[in-house]
Amino acid sequence: MGKPMHNTPMLDELESGPWPSFITGIKRLAKDEGKPYQNMMVDLLGQLEHSYNTRKGYWKGGTVGVIGYGGGVIPRFSEVAKNYPESKEFHTLRIMPPPGMHYNTKLLRDFCDVWEKYGSGLIALHGQSGDIMLQGTTTDNIQPCFDELNEMGFDMGGAGPAVRTGMSCVGAARCEQSCANEQKVLRMLVNTYIDDMHRPALPYKFKFKVSGCPNDCMQSITRADMAVIGTWRDDMKVNQAEVKTFIADKGRKYVVDNVVSRCPTNALSLNDDDTLDVDNRSCVRCMHCINVMTKALATGDDKGVTVLIGGKRTLKIGDLMGTVIVPFMKLDTEEDYEQLNEIAGNTIDFFAENALEHERTGEMIERIGLVNFIEGIGLEVDPNMISQPRQSSYIRMDDWDEEAKKWQDRKAA
Amino acid sequence: MPPRMPIESGVPDPFQYMHPTLARNYGAWKYHERPRPGVLCHTADSGEKVWTIRAGTQRQMDVYTIRKLCTIADDFADGYVRFTIRSNIEFMITDESRVQPLVDKLVSEGFPVGGTGPSVTMISHTQGWLHCDIPGTDASGVVKSLMDELHEEFINENMPNRVHMTTSCCQINCGGQGDIAINIQHTKPPKINHNLVANVCERPTVVARCPVAAIRPAVVNGKPSLEVDEKKCVCCGACFPPCPPMQINDPEHSKIAIWVGGNQSNARSKPTFHKLVAAGLPNNPPRWPEVAAVVKNILRVYKEDAKDWERIGDWVERIGWPRFFELTELPFTKYHVDNWRGARNSLNASAHIHF
Ligand code: HEM
Ligand code: SF4
Ligand code: SF4
Ligand code: SF4
Ligand code: SF4
Repeated sequence: MGKPMHNTPMLDELESGPWPSFITGIKRLAKDEGKPYQNMMVDLLGQLEHSYNTRKGYWKGGTVGVIGYGGGVIPRFSEVAKNYPESKEFHTLRIMPPPGMHYNTKLLRDFCDVWEKYGSGLIALHGQSGDIMLQGTTTDNIQPCFDELNEMGFDMGGAGPAVRTGMSCVGAARCEQSCANEQKVLRMLVNTYIDDMHRPALPYKFKFKVSGCPNDCMQSITRADMAVIGTWRDDMKVNQAEVKTFIADKGRKYVVDNVVSRCPTNALSLNDDDTLDVDNRSCVRCMHCINVMTKALATGDDKGVTVLIGGKRTLKIGDLMGTVIVPFMKLDTEEDYEQLNEIAGNTIDFFAENALEHERTGEMIERIGLVNFIEGIGLEVDPNMISQPRQSSYIRMDDWDEEAKKWQDRKAA
Repeated sequence: MPPRMPIESGVPDPFQYMHPTLARNYGAWKYHERPRPGVLCHTADSGEKVWTIRAGTQRQMDVYTIRKLCTIADDFADGYVRFTIRSNIEFMITDESRVQPLVDKLVSEGFPVGGTGPSVTMISHTQGWLHCDIPGTDASGVVKSLMDELHEEFINENMPNRVHMTTSCCQINCGGQGDIAINIQHTKPPKINHNLVANVCERPTVVARCPVAAIRPAVVNGKPSLEVDEKKCVCCGACFPPCPPMQINDPEHSKIAIWVGGNQSNARSKPTFHKLVAAGLPNNPPRWPEVAAVVKNILRVYKEDAKDWERIGDWVERIGWPRFFELTELPFTKYHVDNWRGARNSLNASAHIHF
């Protein structure tokens, strides 16, 4: 017989309602006679109810890891273990999922079997960081559990001042808007700099995120130190027959109100014969019209990526978005990929050398200025990096002629 | 025996786990349609079609729930699934006649089908009391409570455009930007347990962590400790992770704030950060009714007033903030006026006034 359940009137209230209940799931584990995690989950519920009552958290960190790696385990020790001893250790393993979060049922069941043996039976799919989060195990079980997962072909994710687990959208696997091979980019970037993930020695965290188009489903501009976003530079594809079908179905007013007039750069014009003109030189590849008219409009053929650096959330200087450092580059050949990899490597090296402790890339760039960063990683300035030129005249410009010549030379090349 | 060293395999190859129709048509999709809420239909250049059925999950799943989903996938969907970043599960099938049976099965097993197109999809969230070491609230509980209330909006596509909500259980805000963000907001400076500081905290690290330089080293009761200039302190809680004796969480004074208009996408306008609209809401487990009331009210007004394809941020941009506060009947206070770096850019330097 397992340990008797604690009284959990607050948590019980989270069992009703139409949305699936995590509490019902945890209770199921707590009632799972004979399972190694049963008592752990009884006390976990007890501690959680205690939190609900006192409105306080009771976990503290510590140091727990696996041999060979410096990070990836999130250690949790209970501060109220006296009352809830069975869940006194409740560590999380961060495991990197397949990009796009694709699974067959065998793989998911294998994860369940391993976690049933060594852990709590509770898995978050997925953490905001993009990891499979295996939540809740003891210090002793971390190593054997990781070993089994590692033998299955899975590796530890990032934690601490390190390259973190990345994310890429479903993209080319099931989205016609994809302009990139997202999984290939993500795997190349993370796997090249895997040493900086497993042996945390950077000033602070560094995240890669890859979206196949400017819809940016991976939220890379606001959440990634290095965002790689698919785009195209030739003309958008317009199927005029489908435009007509769309108009016949939805009406002209709908198209004017929801497509033409919503274009941020006024690049669209509806003709009297119900065909649509696109001014491709004004279009900024925002995706809106393509999102609305999924059959009639499509991205172009000359695809590549835009790279932005520096997105992050509030701590410490406030939220920052990534800013453009590469307006467009092709990703066709292995050399193209290698070039992207070099930009990432140079950025990480520059970050490691120049950021202050606990400073993210965006904060570093804010402090030293974009130009110093761009020059530091060996790129040239480009008007696509700004939304407008400088407004302040307080700047020394001794080398104007030289800088102007650089631009002319680059144009001539 | 030497210890086993890890195989640094990194990010695995996804093709071994990918639905074969997706793998076969990789990079060669033509267009998509949404035949009904919760269902997408993608057509490939090859002419092959795949229907995707999206269902909500509780994110924190026990192995029985995962296995149940696996059994559904085996019986109804070729044995493959994928997850969205908002913890929705997706089943892919290649035969339209199998859509309805799968939808019915999911609904009968308690997994709401929806979250596509202009719906309120699952709230992306964080850990909270269940597992984090610094939380002011329980993200999973807030999300479960809210998604119960927003169930109809998840299973239908009745919003002007998609609504991506997030919650964060401390002011580090792991939840990220959202059309609506529900975040902890502390309102009192940390209470310092001076007896513990010397043993637990690296004082220079803690001092350096404060965004407003409000912390200085001090000697309290003869022991090295820290002190906080409470006039400067912005109650962000950044000192708490490196120094747990700087207790920031307070059952009463750690409140919940609501922010709107964050948008990650580049569609129409450039990405935007969310902005504060409501604060001072009680952190009221187990169901946080005050938070739900404010969120539902904002969604109601948005649904009534916004035009098709306007995200919440686009909508407010058009109608203006005065009308937003008028329509939602939320109080506008001095705290809505930003004073952080770059704040001047958020002031109205024009004669453009909404009447
Ligand atoms: C003790 C300190 C911290 C702990 C324990 C912690 C823990 C976590 C956890 C558990 C997640 C995943 C959340 C989930 O989905 O459940 C996460 C994600 C995240 N954390 Fe932290 N975190 C800490 C510090 C920070 C700090 C200082 C920042 C910001 C500067 C931060 C920013 C984020 C962000 C933005 C995410 C979302 C993931 C992403 O956008 O890639 N965290 N963190
Ligand atoms: S970011 Fe673009 S390519 Fe990727 S899934 Fe979203 S819409 Fe598709
Ligand atoms: S993609 Fe955006 S910018 Fe380009 S034409 Fe369409 S709406 Fe306009
Ligand atoms: S938001 Fe704060 S409390 Fe919540 S998981 Fe992230 S770090 Fe922890
Ligand atoms: S709560 Fe924030 S502002 Fe206040 S002392 Fe701590 S770090 Fe500084």
